[in-house]
Formats: sequence, C-alpha cells, structure tokens
Amino acid sequence: MNFITQTLNGLGLGSIYALVALGYSMVYGIVQLINFAHGDIIMVGGYILYLILVNLGMPLWMAIAAAILVCAVAGVLIQRVAYHRLLVHNAARISLLITALGVSIFLQNLFMILFSSNPRSVPTLIDFGSLSLGSLAIPSKTVINIVVSVIMMVGLQLLVNKTKIGKAMQAASEDTGAAKLMGINTNYVVAFTFAIGSALAAVGAVLYCNTYPQISPDMGNLLGLKAFVAAVLGGIGSIPGAMLGGYILGVAETLTKGYVTSTAYDAVVFGILILVLLIKPTGLLGENRKEKV
Amino acid sequence: MGTVLNVNDINVYYGAIHALKGISFHVDEGEIVSLIGANGAGKTTAMHTISGLLRSKTGSLEFQGANISKTEPHKIVRMGLAQVPEGRRVFSSLTVLENLEMGAFIRTGSARKGIDEDLEKIFSRFPRLKERRKQVAGTLSGGEQQMLAIGRALMSRPKMLLLDEPSMGLAPIMVQEIFNCITQVNAEGTTVLLVEQNAKMALSISNRAYVLETGIISLEGNAADLLDNEQVKQAYLGA
Repeated sequence: MNFITQTLNGLGLGSIYALVALGYSMVYGIVQLINFAHGDIIMVGGYILYLILVNLGMPLWMAIAAAILVCAVAGVLIQRVAYHRLLVHNAARISLLITALGVSIFLQNLFMILFSSNPRSVPTLIDFGSLSLGSLAIPSKTVINIVVSVIMMVGLQLLVNKTKIGKAMQAASEDTGAAKLMGINTNYVVAFTFAIGSALAAVGAVLYCNTYPQISPDMGNLLGLKAFVAAVLGGIGSIPGAMLGGYILGVAETLTKGYVTSTAYDAVVFGILILVLLIKPTGLLGENRKEKV
Repeated sequence: MGTVLNVNDINVYYGAIHALKGISFHVDEGEIVSLIGANGAGKTTAMHTISGLLRSKTGSLEFQGANISKTEPHKIVRMGLAQVPEGRRVFSSLTVLENLEMGAFIRTGSARKGIDEDLEKIFSRFPRLKERRKQVAGTLSGGEQQMLAIGRALMSRPKMLLLDEPSMGLAPIMVQEIFNCITQVNAEGTTVLLVEQNAKMALSISNRAYVLETGIISLEGNAADLLDNEQVKQAYLGA
C-alpha cells in the first residue's frame, strides 16, 4: 500500500476517534468533567445496532437511528443519575472523575451480564467496494468514515455557532452563573450537551462496526481512551481541536503500523500526546482559560 | 406605588461563614435604591440571593408579590428581574451582538418582536457598542464591557434591574457615563437596585439607601439624608 492510501485510511480511523473525542470535549467544556463513561457509550451504540439489525432483523437505517436515539437517552440518563447532584453541589472534581469511572465499570459489567463477554461479529453494514481515484483505490469504509465525520463536524459547528441553544451552550461553558442570569436553564443545556455528545458517539459506533465488524462489552476502553487522547491533543473544550486531534491520532497510528512497528503503535500514539502536552500544555487548538476572580 | 421587591429576614451562609444575618429591605416601584457598604459586607451575597444563585436559610423573597425564595435563577429572570453581575461577566468569546442576543434569550414567540428595536435603542445609548458589535467581547475595554453588561441585561426588558458594583475598576469619566445611563433607564420606568462601594456616586442618584455592615443593615433612609449623615460621611464618603 502506498503512502497516500495509508494516510487516507488513517484519516478514516481518525474520523472515529474524532467523533468520540467531540463528546469528551463538549462535556468537558460545559461542566469540566472528563466523562470516562463516554467510551462505553460507543459500546452501548454497538450493541443496540447489533440487536436491532441481527436479533430483530430490522433494516440498517432503523438500527442506526435506534443506536443514536438510545445513546442520546443513555447519555442524558447518566448525567441526571450519576453527575447531576455532584455538579449542583459543586463536588470536588476528583469525586466526579471517580463517579465517571464507576459508571464506566457499571456499563461494561451490565453488558457482560446481559450479553456475555464473548465478542460478537457484526455483519457488513455498508460496502460499495472501493472508490477509484486515478491509481488510488480507497476502501468504502474509509470514504464513509471521512465523509460522515466531516458532515457531523460541520453540522455541530452550525449548531453551536448559529442556533440559540448552541450559543447558550457557549455561554454556559464560559460562565454558568452568568448564563443563568440570562434566563438560560443551564440544567437543560448540560443535558442537551450530553445528548449531542452521546449521539455523536453512536455515529462513531456505527462507523467503528463498519470498519472493525466486532463488538464486545469492553470495546469502549481503548477506543474511549484514544478519543480522550485526541480531545486533549487538540485542546479539550475545542470542537475543531477534537476533530484535528482525532485525525492526527488516526494517521499517526496507521502510518506507524504501516512503516514502523505493527505492535507498539499505541506507544507512539501516547508518545505524541506527551510530546504535544510538553510543548503546548493546552493542546493544539486549546485556549488558556482565564481563571475567574 | 407598590413594592416590587421585598426581602424579609434572609440568612445566607457560605459554608461556615454567616454572610447575611437576617437582613430585610424593600424596593418600591420606580425607585433607585442603593445597598452601600465596604468590601465583604455581604452586598454581592445579597444580590446573588435575590437572583437565586444563592439560597437563604430563612425568611422570604418576594418579587411583585410572588415568593421567589425557591425559584430557579433562570425563572426569576423570566419574571422580569435582570442582573448586571459584579465584574460584568460578559461572554468574552461571543461577539457584542451575540452577548446582547443572550440577554434576549428569554424572549420567545411574540416577545421576539421588538428585539431589533431594543438593539437599536441600546446602540444609540452606547454608540461604541454599535461600532464594535462584530467584535468578541473579550477585546473590549472595562468601560465598554460594563456598557455591554448593562445592555445585555436590558435586552430581557426587565421590570427591575439589579446592578452589582457597576463602577468597579472604571475611569471617573466612564463611571459618570454609566451612572447617567442608570438614571436614564430608571426614568424610562425600570426599578433599580444598586450595589456600590462608591457610596457618594450611588447616593447621588438614589431615592433611598441601606448601609450594609458585615452582614447586617446598620442604617437606612433617604439617600439625601444619608449623604449628610456624619456616620456615613466618615465611614464611606471619606469626609
């Protein structure tokens, strides 16, 4: 495989990281919480997709719609049940973090009990062979991943910058108290943010299953961790940053696999994170937040 | 003229600190009332309690006859009580125009009509905001941010406006401009509660005032009388 194809495949993989990273970043931006259960939302999305498609034999579009819907609801539910009271009472950040880890462990074990820990194979979702561009043959999954992630990113940017609720999200993420004084129901804004982030993770889950057709209760672990790395790399809290971080991570991982080592590629990925944070602690597109007086 | 805001025996704590010790005061329709006092007297605490960001353990808060002691902050704004918070707290990553739109967040449906007119009104009141309406608020000077914070609060068409230290950190000429604006807004029918360290300035535009000292109200009366009061002169007017 030549360099360009490798890079494109890397972008395809990075697209999945990017979609998941967006959820980490948005939630962090608004409540300063690293939602470690976010990776497991991908897993939930994968299982819903599988259940509707394979067990119920429904059409693909329905399975995708159901996965997005269930994940969005699950995201809001997790926020309401696990985090809401901690946030309202200004609990220490460490309590939130531990709670997030708890939710993650809970979800994985719940799905292990429900569906056993054996991985399941997902049938081919979408495959149109490959796209030929001159001498290049780009696999359909790569094309789909890139196109879908770009559409989602543009959609999200429009939502955040052009709509009333989007601007309310920006306002609340900058100063929750001041947002309340504008008559913004910040509880609703936070719930909405979790819903959008989780819906994007569901889209990520669909792309993931289309690329690596297998699901298991612990599939969200490494995927979630890498997406988190992508979010931090790009500058957590920044939407374009999350996308950029995702793409960089995906390309770095694929190129390392192709040209350097097929075993220690994760070390390279995390090495990049350490390097970037040493040089620019706020991440590539992150801004220095001014501390409130 | 009826009472717009009635604060009755509120006790507010910050953890172990007893910040407000059973204070009561009221604001009548059309008035400008000041709450003056030194740093740490509890002025901002009182403001945050009225707007629902903090809760009182006792007593009651009534706005236009309705009990708002347990009402959520965003609902209080919807009832017609807007606040210009201490330190302005404009949304620095949003543009001037977007900040003003956030001020009009509660206006939905038919209430959205007139938003453009209100924007024009604010721009004619503060022409500098009009020049900078596409600029992000973080790049404005302190005085401009204060204008923006006031304009933003006015965009909700409040019945009553709370202003927390509007003169803080501003050049004297700017302070004058801000206070002129407050008088003007009041003349147009908005009731005003003003919290200020700059007691002289505050008293000069107020009808009545309360002096807050470490969580209790130590003095109250007509603003003109308080300006002549020896105690006030010594403690707050630097005379």
